[in-house]
Amino acid sequence: MYNSIVMVKQVPDTANISGKVMKDDGTVNRAKLPAIFNHEDKEALELALQVKEQYGGTVSVITMGPPRASDMLKECFYMGADKAYLISDRKFAGSDTLATSYVLSEAITHIGKFDFVFAGRQAIDGDTAQVGPQTAEKLKLSQVTYVEEIKKVENNIARIKRKIDGGQEVVEAQLPILLTVIKGAQEPRPFSAKKIMIYKSAKTLLDLEKIANGNSLLNLDELIHEHKDKNLYIETLSTTDLSDIDVSKIGLHGSPTKVHKVESVVLSGGDAVKIEPTREGIGSLIDELLNDHILG
Amino acid sequence: MDNVTKEVWVFVEQHDGKAADVSLELLSKGRKLADRLSGVLKAVVLGCNVRNIAEETFKYGADSAILIDHPALEKYRPLPYSRMLNKLVNESKPRIVLFGATVVGRGLAPRVASNTVSGLTADCTELQIEDVTYLKKDYKDLLLQIRPAFGGNIIATIITPDNPVQMATVREGVMEMHEVETPNSINIETVDYIEDTTDDLVKIIEQYREESKVNLKGAPIIVAGGYGLGTKENFKLIHNLADAVGGEVAGSRAAVDAGFVDHDRQVGQTGITVRPKLIFSIGISGAIQHRAGMQEANKIIAINTDPDAPIFDIAHYGIVGKAEEVIPNFIDLYKHKLK
Repeated sequence: MYNSIVMVKQVPDTANISGKVMKDDGTVNRAKLPAIFNHEDKEALELALQVKEQYGGTVSVITMGPPRASDMLKECFYMGADKAYLISDRKFAGSDTLATSYVLSEAITHIGKFDFVFAGRQAIDGDTAQVGPQTAEKLKLSQVTYVEEIKKVENNIARIKRKIDGGQEVVEAQLPILLTVIKGAQEPRPFSAKKIMIYKSAKTLLDLEKIANGNSLLNLDELIHEHKDKNLYIETLSTTDLSDIDVSKIGLHGSPTKVHKVESVVLSGGDAVKIEPTREGIGSLIDELLNDHILG
Repeated sequence: MDNVTKEVWVFVEQHDGKAADVSLELLSKGRKLADRLSGVLKAVVLGCNVRNIAEETFKYGADSAILIDHPALEKYRPLPYSRMLNKLVNESKPRIVLFGATVVGRGLAPRVASNTVSGLTADCTELQIEDVTYLKKDYKDLLLQIRPAFGGNIIATIITPDNPVQMATVREGVMEMHEVETPNSINIETVDYIEDTTDDLVKIIEQYREESKVNLKGAPIIVAGGYGLGTKENFKLIHNLADAVGGEVAGSRAAVDAGFVDHDRQVGQTGITVRPKLIFSIGISGAIQHRAGMQEANKIIAINTDPDAPIFDIAHYGIVGKAEEVIPNFIDLYKHKLK
């Protein structure tokens, strides 16, 4: 039996950006962007689910983000996650990778015992690949990055294939361990139709608060209880729940890195010599390149 | 901030007794940053039987080197490396630490930043030192960590104003490697490795590595294709043109993601930065991340069906047309003209 916690992130679809997405303080206005499940995180979840299927155990998913990240957590249920945690608090806003890893490490400690912590190698909105290793350091765990395959797990030792620069490596890692998973490791399974029927009504604390506020006949504690009983509760943790958290280490204030300046990309614009796509045009270009000794 | 040092450190990555190119490039950049700070450049070398690498760093401008030489460090493993670096950084508080944005550097730098509570910025395309006013406070000689961000819509300048250590990772090829004319005399400080019970939590069972056969950085002519080629089949046009003109094949990130071309041929911020004599840029729209990796090419020929593609703004020659038509014509005419 091996228990896994998978760190997942909802990311802006950077391939489909339009309009003004940067706020004046240089941070990103995520509300303006379509949000998707970061693909490498999804592959990490797939690996965790395979470990569970092969050896038993549970898979919990955890994300730090705004309330709407619960959409992605539901998708984790649709794939087969047992439990989901939304770590959400306005005080987290503006966190850089270090502050984020601090919050995640506190939340993971709060959740309890585990054998594996999984994450995607990096998220497409920053491509930093920092949060995994930074979290491992805070949890005093070793790590294996760029994981391609878990070959087997036996006696608390995982045999893992990973990518390295110019090749591959097979390592044996003593559990508990943090793994970051790269694209192409495992195609994530499709959502199960049956699980969608069940978990589409999963709710976060914030969802239930809204429901309770809108109907005086409903009591919040009862609603939570009811959803927990049916395993339809997305555990919602804020700084209040993570009582050990040091608020000076979170949010913009707790982040060592700050955005000093953002500049929109301005192009100098059009000094290119226009070449017609005809044989004549291309021929004259080749002549010029040959004359200038750039070709030939 | 008071009491900060003026030390610039470069973590020198090595494999099988050879320093990684990116580390030597960073030493060259680190030399400039150290001069700007009127400070010192230190190379930090971890490995086994690697004194020669520590010595080599002086050719690239190091003032001194820190060497930890121990069998446990023969190959990179996260804990032995990060534990020793954490200790060094916590004790000396260098002002700047630079790492190559390699698989090793991207695993190691975040651990060290996390442990030492340092600011870390990934994949910088430029590093400068300047006085900065941030939130009405004045800071002297901060490291500006500059990188494209957010789908290439912006260029962000990141700073670490209130922590003593500023860290950055940089991809191979972004900084230029220079040997200095008169190297400093060799001055190596050896630090003892301290064994720990966590050393063998991760054991390497097998390792397969080969030096990349692809030499994009050194290629005088590069033919780069993008997602605009549409299919892997169509991407063969890129290979055909590269064969004809004696160039190396490369691709944009989108082309790599689509599987048209291997990752080790990716040009751009998160790939390789190239400065060839000539680059063909075909079916590449020209997002900032891509341009960051090729805009210093001597001559850029852009071929794209979209006349508004940003690539035309940095190209020297622009051809609005279909690759399927332009490339075969180019090859045919070029062969005739060569005769």
